[in-house]
Amino acid sequence: MSVSHDQARHIAKLARIAMSDEELERLVPELNAIIGWVEQLAEVNTDGVEPLTAVIDQKLRLRDDKVTDGNIRDDVLANAPEAQHGFFAVPKVIE
Amino acid sequence: MTLTSKTIAELRDGFRGGEYSAREIAEAYNAAVAGARLLNAYTVETPEDALAAAAAADAARGQGGSLAGIPLGIKDLFATKGVDTTAGSHILKGFKPTYESTVTANLRKAGAGMLGKLNMDEFAMGSSNETSTYGPVLSPWRRQGSNVGLTPGGSSGGSAAAVSALIAPGATGTDTGGSIRQPAAFAGICGIKPTYGRCSRWGIVSFASSLDQAGPMARTVRDCAILLEAMAGFDPKDSTSLDLPVPQWEAKLSSDLKGKRVGIPKEYRIDSVPAEINALWDQGIEWLKDAGATPVEISLPHTKYALPTYYIIAPAEASSNLARYDGVRYGLREEGVKTLDDMYAATRAAGFGAEVKRRIMIGTYVLSAGFYDAYFTKAQRVRALIKQDFAKAFESCDVILTPTAPSAAFGIGETTDPLAMYLNDVFAVPASLAGLPAMSVPGGLDGQGLPLGLHLIGNELDEQTVLNAGLAIEERAGFTARPEKWW
Repeated sequence: MSVSHDQARHIAKLARIAMSDEELERLVPELNAIIGWVEQLAEVNTDGVEPLTAVIDQKLRLRDDKVTDGNIRDDVLANAPEAQHGFFAVPKVIE
Repeated sequence: MTLTSKTIAELRDGFRGGEYSAREIAEAYNAAVAGARLLNAYTVETPEDALAAAAAADAARGQGGSLAGIPLGIKDLFATKGVDTTAGSHILKGFKPTYESTVTANLRKAGAGMLGKLNMDEFAMGSSNETSTYGPVLSPWRRQGSNVGLTPGGSSGGSAAAVSALIAPGATGTDTGGSIRQPAAFAGICGIKPTYGRCSRWGIVSFASSLDQAGPMARTVRDCAILLEAMAGFDPKDSTSLDLPVPQWEAKLSSDLKGKRVGIPKEYRIDSVPAEINALWDQGIEWLKDAGATPVEISLPHTKYALPTYYIIAPAEASSNLARYDGVRYGLREEGVKTLDDMYAATRAAGFGAEVKRRIMIGTYVLSAGFYDAYFTKAQRVRALIKQDFAKAFESCDVILTPTAPSAAFGIGETTDPLAMYLNDVFAVPASLAGLPAMSVPGGLDGQGLPLGLHLIGNELDEQTVLNAGLAIEERAGFTARPEKWW
């Protein structure tokens, strides 16, 4: 399978990365080289093989359903590009 | 002997024995760091941090932790409270965490101070340190009779260069697909990636969460054991942290390998690899035989599929992990756009470098509707087969020996094709996919005077055999070469 210019533009949109046509032009052959290379996995017989989900076998732990931290609003906001009145501030979404 | 040329074990013992104060150690290193800026190894220097830890160690003399009096370099991927943590990326410029990663908190608890943050490939994506927003680290090593700038490897290139250039006695690294071991090999030092889950990932900037693992880089096997003991341990804040006691790796170090079987995987014998590297591998087998081990041929049949498997899984996880950089909560925000969606896209376009964008694009593609099963699920199935290969191999051997990397260090700018760059990790990636402990130990110099590493892979949780085999090689290789100071 190979990625077309339009598909690449769609992937960039899904990934939320602004890309010019020139950038996409450069990227498409690189993506296709990498995708063509990883496609050699198709030749491996994986019939009946379960996909690996945990590299070291262990049970996921459960914890009690209670708040274990909190009251650190200022810490959470400390690195925000813009914070107002104790909230993250973003460009206006609704006109 | 100057303080900066001593190992961590020597510094620790000398400090405990009263030969010198922690302050003297910290001052010697702070001066060395300031005198080596040409290497571009540190992104931030924190001399006052090293001095404060030294003051505490001096005050507690004899009663301090296992690393009292030892200042360390910290890879920029570890969150350090109040100190810039940028993962080598423009998108995190100026990010000062309000918390400390578990691994660095453990090191501090053991008494270690911090010399500064170490340069790295952006988000740990790279094998040459050239993708860092701060520019590449220069290796202290040069080819004989040449002044071409060489890479220290990557992504933990700042860590490798710093330890090798004697501007840190040891450093933290992280390894997703070889990022501790390949730079350790290029810089003529030791580095170990423990079993997945030994070191908490909490507070380490995420790249590919099912693969990311922290580990130490230092000049000797013993120093790696000392550091790993302090770094490892159960952490409830990481859901994949192993709830197991930390073994006493240093106390149990032994280069006597009697009764141990060393697996030699035939699939790692690649013709295109320089003859010197295969010759060093043969020499390594002889060294381990001399230490009492028996070599056995093993087969890891899916080896050739490890890299393509990795380059589906790692970008897929990265594309998901890096979705958090949205210009809202931390890091860069691009202004001057009209909508929220445009702000996301503009911020990520300006904040990520070319390699990171490439991997996010690949990851987004293999996870997108209609392609998920063909790529991502398929890769997870092949990953299961790679894991099975190792499980089967460890029925007939106790540790596996291979070369660390298919070449010695190369020049900055010499490898421009992304696929050619990925091949650097051909020997390192299979152990990452299987979550196994693996270590690089210097074996010798190539014909141009550059270090080459030997790679040891152990069974799950068996760091001890890896370290012991590493020690056996270290004792026999007698690797004492150091780069001549030109910086």
